[in-house]
Amino acid sequence: METTHTHVVSVSQEAHDETHHGHHHHHETFLTKYVFSQDHKTIAKQFLITGMFWALVGGLFSVIFRLQLGYPDAKFPWLEDLLGEWAKGGQLQAEAYYALVTMHGTVLVFFVLTAGLSGTFSNFLIPLQIGARDMASPFLNMLSYWFFFIASIVMLSSLFVQTGPFSGGWTAYPPLSALGQASPGSKVGMDLWLVSMALFVVSSLLGGLNYIATVLNMRTKGMSMTRMPLTIWAFFFTAVLGVLSFPVLFSGFILLIFDRHFGTSFYLSDIYINGQALPNEGGSAILYQHLFWFLGHPEVYIILLPAMGMVSEILSVNSRKPIFGYMAMVGSLFAIAILAFLVWAHHMFVTGLNPFLGAFFVLLTLLIAVPSAIKVFNWLTTIWRGNLKFTPAMLFALGFVSLFISGGLTGIFLGNSALDIHLHDTYFVIAHFHIVMGVASMFGMFAGIYHWYPKMYGRYLNNTLGYVHFWVTMIGAYLIFWPMHYEGLAGMPRRYYKFDIWESFKHFGSLNQFISIISIIVFLVQILFLINFFYSIWKGRKVTSQNPWGANTLEWTTPINPGHGNWEGDLPEVHRWAYDYGKDGKEFISQTTPVAADESRH
Amino acid sequence: MEQVMTQKNQKMHPHKFTLWVAMGSITMMFAGFTSAYIVKSNMAGWVPVQMPSIFYLSTFLILASSGTIYLAKKKFQERAMAQYRVLVTVTAALGILFTITQYLGFAELWGQKVTFSESVAGSFFYIISGVHALHVLGGVIALLVIFLRAFSSKTRYYSTTPIEVASIYWHFVDVLWLYLFVFFILVS
Repeated sequence: METTHTHVVSVSQEAHDETHHGHHHHHETFLTKYVFSQDHKTIAKQFLITGMFWALVGGLFSVIFRLQLGYPDAKFPWLEDLLGEWAKGGQLQAEAYYALVTMHGTVLVFFVLTAGLSGTFSNFLIPLQIGARDMASPFLNMLSYWFFFIASIVMLSSLFVQTGPFSGGWTAYPPLSALGQASPGSKVGMDLWLVSMALFVVSSLLGGLNYIATVLNMRTKGMSMTRMPLTIWAFFFTAVLGVLSFPVLFSGFILLIFDRHFGTSFYLSDIYINGQALPNEGGSAILYQHLFWFLGHPEVYIILLPAMGMVSEILSVNSRKPIFGYMAMVGSLFAIAILAFLVWAHHMFVTGLNPFLGAFFVLLTLLIAVPSAIKVFNWLTTIWRGNLKFTPAMLFALGFVSLFISGGLTGIFLGNSALDIHLHDTYFVIAHFHIVMGVASMFGMFAGIYHWYPKMYGRYLNNTLGYVHFWVTMIGAYLIFWPMHYEGLAGMPRRYYKFDIWESFKHFGSLNQFISIISIIVFLVQILFLINFFYSIWKGRKVTSQNPWGANTLEWTTPINPGHGNWEGDLPEVHRWAYDYGKDGKEFISQTTPVAADESRH
Repeated sequence: MEQVMTQKNQKMHPHKFTLWVAMGSITMMFAGFTSAYIVKSNMAGWVPVQMPSIFYLSTFLILASSGTIYLAKKKFQERAMAQYRVLVTVTAALGILFTITQYLGFAELWGQKVTFSESVAGSFFYIISGVHALHVLGGVIALLVIFLRAFSSKTRYYSTTPIEVASIYWHFVDVLWLYLFVFFILVS
């Protein structure tokens, strides 16, 4: 590990005089600089820190319901102090368990891995890496954050209403989500959930519009599309996916709101509840599932693509090698973005979907393995015989590749509609999507934070804590989710509160305890990361060179602490792609370096 | 990296471009609505609704408003500000009239017992047309903003971008209505 600490290569370009930056800006108050800022870098940090708050909440929820799953009969008096009624006598109540599971899913999928990931890094990196002073519309960009903020407040407030937050699963299927009398969480908690999600959709759309307009219109001189770093391609496709799929979810939500409050029957038909027959006729609950999963599946790639883009960049920089197959990487991102819209019904194989139709969705689903495999091969060939610098960012990027492979392979099982009859709604599904989408994207996010932290705050994160964070999280993630494959193959259903009535699942008791203990340890290590993050903002080792990782992309040509507008003086001009590492005996050649006459090829 | 484009891509104003992407997004929402409508209309127990006749009038109104905003843009480019103000006012008024006739159509249907609890087709009809009408009202607000600017004595505006953005959007909600109108007639 000795060599890993010497990665901070000093660069030919000397750092700018720190006192010089920002002097030409108009006067900024605390409010315009840190709160209602229109600087994309500040907005990115706002998204990141709000996302971290939600990750802490969502993670804590998973720890609490894992306690229930690992120790269904134990009593934890402190839990009653924390949750009150929800944990009467120190035992998590069934309704509270469902609420925690639902909130864990909603918060992690939308607030952490969509807003926290794409909101942070699309905002931070798009202008910096394409050579723009800010987004196409900094004002809409600011609105995007504040819509997310209000959505957060509304969702948070739903945790404190008397009947509790929504508890019918993050997918919010009707009739559970449409009928207040279906469960306590379906009352005001569900209304708050819908309001919050509607605001969130608006936030995502405003952000996505901006990202697309910025990437297509605001690139600096010489930055052709095919010279963009893969991060930008990934953010671009992510934004396209969001802009085209979130409105469909929104239309589904509008119909749901009318079913809840105005007596329509879009999703409801022939329902008998609490001894009372409802008048609703002619609705179809499956209709909601179509509308939901038409967003829901692209959403998976909205979460995953930014991580893929950042990992590509980080692997190349820290292998000191060009990315392998740049155009194939762009092409596979494009293919994934197209296929994302054509596979939604694989979430619905057991809803009575026509098996003939299902066969097409099986085919299209399995086709995703092709671009995914292209990406994996290109990552592996990028690091192959590279001069690897094992920074924490690099370790997390490598961890991402590992998780993406192991989680992706189980997707081939689940994409098959015949196998899905046995595997659907079991712990096998939980294991699959947590590894391939949840934890993998989280790793992409960590990789991005460790890698771009010096650009964000002008300081480094502590490396030792970073290594502890990585190894515990990496080993922990596999220890938590690997055993779930076995439970799922044995048929253990997801979302259940207790398994004590099944003789067949009793022998999983100690395995469940093991998973719960590991998840507590992994959660505690994330708190260590948060301490590292906030401590380093003020006390971390200062960055002294402009380009600490020796990277080619434009963000490292800005001053160490760039002001609003990013570059002093003229915008940089781009002369080459972002991946000239180890070319003609030079360790790296920045994108701003003109092509020299003696270069071997260009 | 053989092919290299060095000049900057500055063909379209960023606001206009953002609007095009936003229109794609709105289109997807209505695609969601209308595909849900098609799926439902093929299920058992579907009773189609008769389009109220006043909707033909509202279709005429919104088509006419597309013409007036086209002329308004032209007059702005010619700096014929007096005619421009009149045409923007007429366009906004036609937009409001469109919304009123839509409401009258809803009221007529509701009177014929096509209510939320009685008719799924009717519920779809109200919501899809209603969400469209909200988009028209959004356009009216945009027109009001540029309308107030046209009367501002302090500042003079020469950029054609705001009126161009407003007129593209206006034509869009017009075409969107034509689509919905034909859609309701055909799928019923």
